Amino acid sequence: MIPLHHVIALSAALFGIGTIGALTRRNLIVILMSVELMLNAVNLALIGFSRAWGDTTGHIFVLMVIVVAAAEVAVGLGIVISLFRNRASVNVEDVSLLKW
Amino acid sequence: MTASLVLFYVFGALALVSALAMVLNVRNTVAAAMSLVVTMTALAGVYLLLEAYLVAVIQIMVYAGAIVVLFLFVVMLLNLRSDAFPAARSVLWKLVGVAASLAVLVAFVRFLPGRVPAAAAELPAGFGGYRDVGRELFTSYVLPFEITSYLLLAAIVGAVVLAKRRLD
Repeated sequence: MIPLHHVIALSAALFGIGTIGALTRRNLIVILMSVELMLNAVNLALIGFSRAWGDTTGHIFVLMVIVVAAAEVAVGLGIVISLFRNRASVNVEDVSLLKW
Repeated sequence: MTASLVLFYVFGALALVSALAMVLNVRNTVAAAMSLVVTMTALAGVYLLLEAYLVAVIQIMVYAGAIVVLFLFVVMLLNLRSDAFPAARSVLWKLVGVAASLAVLVAFVRFLPGRVPAAAAELPAGFGGYRDVGRELFTSYVLPFEITSYLLLAAIVGAVVLAKRRLD
Protein backbone atom coordinates (compact mmCIF):
# COMPACT_ATOMS: atom_id res chain seq x y z
CA MET A 1 0.00 0.00 0.00
CA ILE A 2 1.50 3.29 -1.13
CA PRO A 3 0.73 6.36 1.06
CA LEU A 4 -1.00 9.09 -0.95
CA HIS A 5 1.25 11.88 0.28
CA HIS A 6 4.30 10.06 -1.09
CA VAL A 7 2.62 10.00 -4.51
CA ILE A 8 1.80 13.72 -4.23
CA ALA A 9 5.36 14.53 -3.14
CA LEU A 10 6.75 12.68 -6.19
CA SER A 11 4.25 14.50 -8.38
CA ALA A 12 5.20 17.89 -6.90
CA ALA A 13 8.91 17.14 -7.36
CA LEU A 14 8.39 16.20 -11.02
CA PHE A 15 6.28 19.34 -11.53
CA GLY A 16 9.03 21.46 -9.94
CA ILE A 17 11.69 19.93 -12.21
CA GLY A 18 9.48 20.59 -15.22
CA THR A 19 8.92 24.19 -14.10
CA ILE A 20 12.65 24.75 -13.71
CA GLY A 21 13.23 23.31 -17.19
CA ALA A 22 10.52 25.42 -18.79
CA LEU A 23 11.76 28.62 -17.11
CA THR A 24 15.53 28.26 -17.44
CA ARG A 25 16.19 26.40 -20.71
CA ARG A 26 16.31 28.32 -23.98
CA ASN A 27 15.98 25.44 -26.46
CA LEU A 28 12.34 25.51 -27.59
CA ILE A 29 12.21 21.70 -27.98
CA VAL A 30 13.46 21.13 -24.43
CA ILE A 31 10.92 23.67 -23.14
CA LEU A 32 8.16 21.61 -24.83
CA MET A 33 9.56 18.45 -23.20
CA SER A 34 9.50 20.18 -19.80
CA VAL A 35 5.83 21.10 -20.35
CA GLU A 36 5.16 17.41 -21.10
CA LEU A 37 6.89 16.54 -17.82
CA MET A 38 4.63 18.98 -15.93
CA LEU A 39 1.54 17.43 -17.54
CA ASN A 40 2.78 13.98 -16.48
CA ALA A 41 3.24 15.19 -12.89
CA VAL A 42 -0.40 16.32 -12.86
CA ASN A 43 -1.45 12.93 -14.29
CA LEU A 44 0.40 11.18 -11.45
CA ALA A 45 -1.44 13.29 -8.86
CA LEU A 46 -4.80 12.48 -10.52
CA ILE A 47 -4.03 8.74 -10.53
CA GLY A 48 -2.97 8.91 -6.87
CA PHE A 49 -6.19 10.63 -5.79
CA SER A 50 -8.22 8.24 -7.94
CA ARG A 51 -6.62 5.28 -6.14
CA ALA A 52 -7.14 6.84 -2.70
CA TRP A 53 -10.85 7.47 -3.21
CA GLY A 54 -11.50 4.33 -5.29
CA ASP A 55 -13.07 6.41 -8.07
CA THR A 56 -12.38 5.91 -11.79
CA THR A 57 -13.09 9.55 -12.72
CA GLY A 58 -9.42 10.45 -12.27
CA HIS A 59 -8.46 7.92 -14.94
CA ILE A 60 -10.85 9.61 -17.40
CA PHE A 61 -9.22 12.97 -16.58
CA VAL A 62 -5.79 11.46 -17.27
CA LEU A 63 -6.92 10.11 -20.65
CA MET A 64 -8.20 13.59 -21.59
CA VAL A 65 -4.90 15.17 -20.47
CA ILE A 66 -2.99 12.67 -22.63
CA VAL A 67 -5.12 13.63 -25.66
CA VAL A 68 -4.50 17.32 -25.04
CA ALA A 69 -0.75 16.69 -24.56
CA ALA A 70 -0.55 14.80 -27.87
CA ALA A 71 -2.37 17.62 -29.70
CA GLU A 72 -0.14 20.21 -28.00
CA VAL A 73 3.04 18.40 -29.06
CA ALA A 74 1.86 18.06 -32.68
CA VAL A 75 1.04 21.78 -32.98
CA GLY A 76 4.05 22.87 -30.89
CA LEU A 77 6.52 20.92 -33.02
CA GLY A 78 4.83 22.32 -36.17
CA ILE A 79 5.54 25.80 -34.78
CA VAL A 80 9.15 24.77 -34.03
CA ILE A 81 9.64 23.58 -37.62
CA SER A 82 8.22 26.75 -39.18
CA LEU A 83 10.27 28.84 -36.73
CA PHE A 84 13.43 26.99 -37.69
CA ARG A 85 12.61 27.52 -41.37
CA ASN A 86 12.31 31.30 -40.85
CA ARG A 87 15.06 31.97 -38.29
CA ALA A 88 17.36 28.89 -38.56
CA SER A 89 17.30 28.70 -34.76
CA VAL A 90 15.32 27.12 -31.92
CA ASN A 91 16.65 29.53 -29.30
CA VAL A 92 13.75 31.35 -27.62
CA GLU A 93 15.94 34.46 -27.24
CA ASP A 94 15.79 34.88 -31.03
CA VAL A 95 11.99 35.20 -31.08
CA SER A 96 11.48 37.79 -28.36
CA LEU A 97 9.75 40.30 -30.65
CA LEU A 98 6.61 40.43 -28.48
CA LYS A 99 8.58 40.66 -25.21
CA TRP A 100 8.32 44.10 -23.58
CA MET B 1 7.75 -2.12 4.01
CA THR B 2 5.91 -4.10 1.37
CA ALA B 3 7.19 -5.02 -2.08
CA SER B 4 4.90 -2.51 -3.80
CA LEU B 5 6.25 0.32 -1.63
CA VAL B 6 9.85 -0.64 -2.49
CA LEU B 7 8.94 -0.75 -6.20
CA PHE B 8 7.25 2.65 -5.86
CA TYR B 9 10.44 4.17 -4.45
CA VAL B 10 12.54 2.53 -7.20
CA PHE B 11 10.30 3.79 -10.01
CA GLY B 12 9.90 7.19 -8.36
CA ALA B 13 13.66 7.64 -7.96
CA LEU B 14 14.16 6.54 -11.58
CA ALA B 15 11.57 9.08 -12.78
CA LEU B 16 13.14 11.90 -10.73
CA VAL B 17 16.72 11.13 -11.81
CA SER B 18 15.83 10.88 -15.51
CA ALA B 19 13.69 14.04 -15.32
CA LEU B 20 16.67 15.89 -13.81
CA ALA B 21 18.92 14.40 -16.51
CA MET B 22 16.52 15.75 -19.16
CA VAL B 23 16.40 19.27 -17.73
CA LEU B 24 20.12 19.53 -16.88
CA ASN B 25 21.41 18.07 -20.18
CA VAL B 26 22.45 21.21 -22.08
CA ARG B 27 24.54 19.53 -24.77
CA ASN B 28 22.54 16.83 -26.47
CA THR B 29 18.83 17.17 -27.30
CA VAL B 30 18.54 13.52 -28.43
CA ALA B 31 19.83 12.33 -25.04
CA ALA B 32 17.30 14.63 -23.34
CA ALA B 33 14.49 13.00 -25.34
CA MET B 34 15.80 9.55 -24.32
CA SER B 35 15.75 10.62 -20.65
CA LEU B 36 12.12 11.63 -21.23
CA VAL B 37 11.40 8.05 -22.42
CA VAL B 38 12.85 6.69 -19.15
CA THR B 39 10.73 9.14 -17.11
CA MET B 40 7.53 8.17 -18.95
CA THR B 41 8.22 4.44 -18.60
CA ALA B 42 9.01 4.77 -14.88
CA LEU B 43 5.76 6.70 -14.42
CA ALA B 44 3.90 3.90 -16.21
CA GLY B 45 5.37 1.55 -13.57
CA VAL B 46 4.08 3.84 -10.81
CA TYR B 47 0.63 3.83 -12.47
CA LEU B 48 0.66 0.01 -12.41
CA LEU B 49 1.42 0.09 -8.67
CA LEU B 50 -1.50 2.52 -8.21
CA GLU B 51 -3.76 0.04 -10.04
CA ALA B 52 -4.32 2.20 -13.10
CA TYR B 53 -3.68 -0.60 -15.59
CA LEU B 54 -5.28 0.89 -18.71
CA VAL B 55 -3.67 4.29 -18.13
CA ALA B 56 -0.25 2.63 -17.69
CA VAL B 57 -0.54 0.89 -21.07
CA ILE B 58 -1.74 4.08 -22.77
CA GLN B 59 1.07 6.03 -21.10
CA ILE B 60 3.66 3.74 -22.71
CA MET B 61 1.94 3.67 -26.12
CA VAL B 62 1.20 7.40 -26.41
CA TYR B 63 3.96 9.09 -24.39
CA ALA B 64 6.96 6.77 -24.58
CA GLY B 65 5.92 5.74 -28.10
CA ALA B 66 4.24 8.44 -30.16
CA ILE B 67 5.12 11.72 -28.44
CA VAL B 68 8.81 11.08 -27.86
CA VAL B 69 9.17 9.68 -31.40
CA LEU B 70 7.69 12.96 -32.66
CA PHE B 71 10.26 14.90 -30.58
CA LEU B 72 13.13 12.77 -31.90
CA PHE B 73 11.82 13.12 -35.46
CA VAL B 74 11.85 16.92 -35.21
CA VAL B 75 15.27 17.03 -33.52
CA MET B 76 16.76 14.91 -36.30
CA LEU B 77 14.86 16.76 -39.06
CA LEU B 78 16.32 20.06 -37.86
CA ASN B 79 19.74 18.41 -37.44
CA LEU B 80 20.37 19.98 -34.03
CA ARG B 81 23.64 18.43 -32.96
CA SER B 82 24.25 20.76 -30.07
CA ASP B 83 22.11 23.25 -28.25
CA ALA B 84 24.91 24.97 -26.36
CA PHE B 85 23.54 28.48 -26.64
CA PRO B 86 25.57 31.38 -25.28
CA ALA B 87 24.43 32.38 -21.82
CA ALA B 88 22.20 35.42 -22.18
CA ARG B 89 19.59 35.17 -19.47
CA SER B 90 20.93 36.32 -16.12
CA VAL B 91 21.76 33.88 -13.34
CA LEU B 92 19.43 35.83 -11.04
CA TRP B 93 16.34 34.74 -12.97
CA LYS B 94 17.48 31.11 -12.90
CA LEU B 95 17.83 31.33 -9.13
CA VAL B 96 14.37 32.93 -8.87
CA GLY B 97 12.91 30.06 -10.95
CA VAL B 98 14.59 27.38 -8.83
CA ALA B 99 13.52 29.09 -5.58
CA ALA B 100 9.90 29.40 -6.75
CA SER B 101 9.76 25.71 -7.74
CA LEU B 102 11.28 24.63 -4.42
CA ALA B 103 8.77 26.81 -2.55
CA VAL B 104 5.89 25.05 -4.37
CA LEU B 105 7.40 21.65 -3.50
CA VAL B 106 7.85 22.51 0.20
CA ALA B 107 4.31 23.91 0.38
CA PHE B 108 2.89 20.68 -1.10
CA VAL B 109 4.88 18.35 1.15
CA ARG B 110 4.09 20.31 4.33
CA PHE B 111 0.45 21.04 3.52
CA LEU B 112 -0.82 17.70 2.29
CA PRO B 113 -0.21 14.89 4.84
CA GLY B 114 -2.95 16.04 7.25
CA ARG B 115 -5.55 16.56 4.54
CA VAL B 116 -5.55 13.32 2.57
CA PRO B 117 -7.27 10.07 3.56
CA ALA B 118 -4.84 7.90 5.52
CA ALA B 119 -6.22 4.56 4.36
CA ALA B 120 -7.26 3.84 0.79
CA ALA B 121 -10.89 3.30 -0.03
CA GLU B 122 -12.07 -0.23 -0.70
CA LEU B 123 -11.57 -0.79 -4.42
CA PRO B 124 -14.34 -2.25 -6.57
CA ALA B 125 -13.43 -5.38 -8.52
CA GLY B 126 -11.69 -4.65 -11.82
CA PHE B 127 -10.74 -1.10 -10.77
CA GLY B 128 -8.64 0.65 -13.43
CA GLY B 129 -9.01 -2.09 -16.03
CA TYR B 130 -10.24 -1.49 -19.56
CA ARG B 131 -13.77 -2.65 -18.64
CA ASP B 132 -14.13 -0.26 -15.71
CA VAL B 133 -12.56 2.79 -17.39
CA GLY B 134 -14.32 2.07 -20.69
CA ARG B 135 -17.76 1.83 -19.07
CA GLU B 136 -17.20 5.18 -17.32
CA LEU B 137 -15.78 6.78 -20.49
CA PHE B 138 -18.66 5.73 -22.75
CA THR B 139 -21.51 6.43 -20.31
CA SER B 140 -20.88 9.37 -17.95
CA TYR B 141 -18.16 11.04 -20.03
CA VAL B 142 -19.24 10.27 -23.58
CA LEU B 143 -19.74 13.95 -24.52
CA PRO B 144 -16.19 15.05 -23.52
CA PHE B 145 -14.90 11.93 -25.28
CA GLU B 146 -16.63 12.92 -28.52
CA ILE B 147 -15.52 16.55 -28.19
CA THR B 148 -11.86 15.46 -28.05
CA SER B 149 -12.27 14.38 -31.69
CA TYR B 150 -12.74 18.05 -32.63
CA LEU B 151 -9.60 18.92 -30.69
CA LEU B 152 -7.63 16.22 -32.52
CA LEU B 153 -9.01 17.36 -35.89
CA ALA B 154 -8.01 20.96 -35.13
CA ALA B 155 -4.53 19.77 -34.05
CA ILE B 156 -4.07 17.73 -37.25
CA VAL B 157 -5.11 20.63 -39.49
CA GLY B 158 -3.03 23.09 -37.45
CA ALA B 159 0.10 20.94 -37.54
CA VAL B 160 -0.16 20.42 -41.31
CA VAL B 161 -0.74 24.13 -41.97
CA LEU B 162 2.15 25.18 -39.69
CA ALA B 163 4.69 22.65 -40.94
CA LYS B 164 3.85 22.80 -44.65
CA ARG B 165 6.40 24.76 -46.60
CA ARG B 166 3.97 26.67 -48.82
CA LEU B 167 0.20 26.63 -48.93
CA ASP B 168 -1.16 26.18 -52.44
